[in-house]
Amino acid sequence: MQDERITTVSAEKSWFGFNLSELWRYRDLALLFVKRDLVNSFKQTVLGPIWILINPLLSTLVFTVIFGVIAGISTDGMPQFLFYMSGNILWGFFSSCLSRASSTFLGNARLFGKVYFPRLVVPVAGIIYNLVNFMLQTLLFVVLIIIYVIIGANIHPNIFIAFAPLMVIHTAALGTGIGLIVSSVTAKYRDLNILVSFGLSLLMYITPVVYPISQVPPDYRWIMLLNPVAPIVECYRYAFLGSGVFVWQYWLLSIAVTAVVVFLGLLVFHRVEKNFIDTV
Amino acid sequence: MKENCVIQVENLSKEYRLGIIGSGTLRRDLQSKYAKMRGREDPNRRIGAVSYEKGETFLALNKMNIEIMRGERVGIIGPNGAGKSTFLKLLARITSPSEGKFSFRGRIASMLEVGTGFSAELTGRENIYLNGAILGMTKAEIAAKEEDIIEFSEVREFIDTPVKRYSSGMFVKLAFAVAAHLDAEILIMDEVLAVGDMRFQRKCVKKMRELAEEENRTILYVSHNMNTIQELCSRCVVLEKGKKIYDGSVEEAIRYYLDGSREEFYSYDYIDKKFREQVRRNDVTLMNAKFNGRTSNLFIDDEKLPLELTWKNNADVNGLCLRIEVYDSYRYPVTSFIVEDFYSGKRGKVHSQRLELDISRLTRGRYYTRYVFYTRRSDSKAFEDVEICAGLVFRKQMNDATSRRWNSSWGSVMAGKAELK
Repeated sequence: MQDERITTVSAEKSWFGFNLSELWRYRDLALLFVKRDLVNSFKQTVLGPIWILINPLLSTLVFTVIFGVIAGISTDGMPQFLFYMSGNILWGFFSSCLSRASSTFLGNARLFGKVYFPRLVVPVAGIIYNLVNFMLQTLLFVVLIIIYVIIGANIHPNIFIAFAPLMVIHTAALGTGIGLIVSSVTAKYRDLNILVSFGLSLLMYITPVVYPISQVPPDYRWIMLLNPVAPIVECYRYAFLGSGVFVWQYWLLSIAVTAVVVFLGLLVFHRVEKNFIDTV
Repeated sequence: MKENCVIQVENLSKEYRLGIIGSGTLRRDLQSKYAKMRGREDPNRRIGAVSYEKGETFLALNKMNIEIMRGERVGIIGPNGAGKSTFLKLLARITSPSEGKFSFRGRIASMLEVGTGFSAELTGRENIYLNGAILGMTKAEIAAKEEDIIEFSEVREFIDTPVKRYSSGMFVKLAFAVAAHLDAEILIMDEVLAVGDMRFQRKCVKKMRELAEEENRTILYVSHNMNTIQELCSRCVVLEKGKKIYDGSVEEAIRYYLDGSREEFYSYDYIDKKFREQVRRNDVTLMNAKFNGRTSNLFIDDEKLPLELTWKNNADVNGLCLRIEVYDSYRYPVTSFIVEDFYSGKRGKVHSQRLELDISRLTRGRYYTRYVFYTRRSDSKAFEDVEICAGLVFRKQMNDATSRRWNSSWGSVMAGKAELK
């Protein structure tokens, strides 16, 4: 039952050569990485996985108090808590996909220096890990929506919810794509690492997370919507709460940007993974 | 690729750039590039530090060619920096070659370190799965071998305890157990068999041999431990400065590596300090050592070894003693010949002393010697070395049937007769 496939490795550098079937063969590894990370996150904590839910609840609460109550930013008449929560969990998903993927090379240098497996397993495991968290948070979000609907709040969940899985994939792809590029560049230049951490928090403010896009003067709206994350957040909120600006063109643009980013990300990632251990 | 060939390496080279690769920040790299463009000096070049110009490189592996057949157990030896680990890293696809290529049949599992990817918080059992998956197995494959792995690891009691609570011995045992049960057709290992206690090490080597002999796996093993190489391997490659300098039988390879290409002397003049060791009181100086009346260093069967040592007294010598230490080809001590209080002489005198050594108990092989002259100190009863030199190498050959079959791992001295009662 010996494996007879012949593999050839040569010095020639190629831009294309992602081996998806190999990645599929290592699917168990990706799942085990997810399990390891989940265990590591909550080992020796009292509340354990409940933290996944406490985190967004607390930050949503802070947002509600600061931006909603103190600053008094309009939420288009939607319940403030739900409004901030929708932006919060989707943004959280995006930013953790990005930052996890961006630490692929540097964070795993020791492991990568000792054993071979398709390096892409690590960011894929990152997506799954974040997806698990995001799903649980969305579940809580949905429960809250149902409660609000029952008590008769001004929200209108609509048919666009059917597109939610698409939006989730879109978010994951965009975040991970950018992360792959960052990871590949930081293998040699650490500058970008610093940029990413505060760049992410800056990016949040030009994304309609804490305010609705309708609050932006119409003349400047297009600038906001060029930010590829913005349309996703707006769409997501529109689907669940039934209010917001939903512009197809920007969404399509965002998808196009995402496709380019993912393609570019895979390209440089593949380029760097072969020899990064020599320069790390 | 030939039918039975599992690894074929052609002109494989790996080049490393010397010095600091880039400065680590984009700004400085751009600065350096800009300065270079304008023909100015690099502002980021450290003053005084050894710096390497662009293009200065180091060939860690230089045009390596090798073919490895199915079921072979290949040992790779060589001094530090010879390119052994680089070679394994290339095969393991951790880094990619600068030139040349290699092909392999089936899967390669690499163990360049014991316990790669173990996670402290996970239990032993969970780590078996994680580590197995990292090394290229699927969950189902691991599940099928889980029992064997736990059995082999000898840590069954603790298998559901997080490995952070393990002793270091338990940790490496479990890690090796996983590695020993991989399904890959080709296993490459870098000095990983030397884990755990002696008994466990033996078990590891035995397991590896079984994998190769019974399941036709191919093994590549890098080590500095010649004993393990000899026990495990069926073929041995010596690397030096990135090049293959020997490829063939294990015993010859080890000899080649340990000796370099040193000539075989039957007489040697000690003219410089090359084979001399430092002593505090250099009362005598050895000038020549020779196998008296011989023109080779080969001794057969019961032949006695005739040795003549010539030395000069640097001081008045009283009660000189001599110890001739004998080492086997791995430089492990075998035995010593001792003559005490056999000579006294005045300062400036040159003396030749003949000895006859009975080496009939030594089995076939190559032996290294060391001559230690020492005297009793006049003020106390303690002995003090007055001259130490590396001695002549001799070879022993035996022609009776038992001795010809003698395996060097059985020992270097043939014991006395075992009588049937």
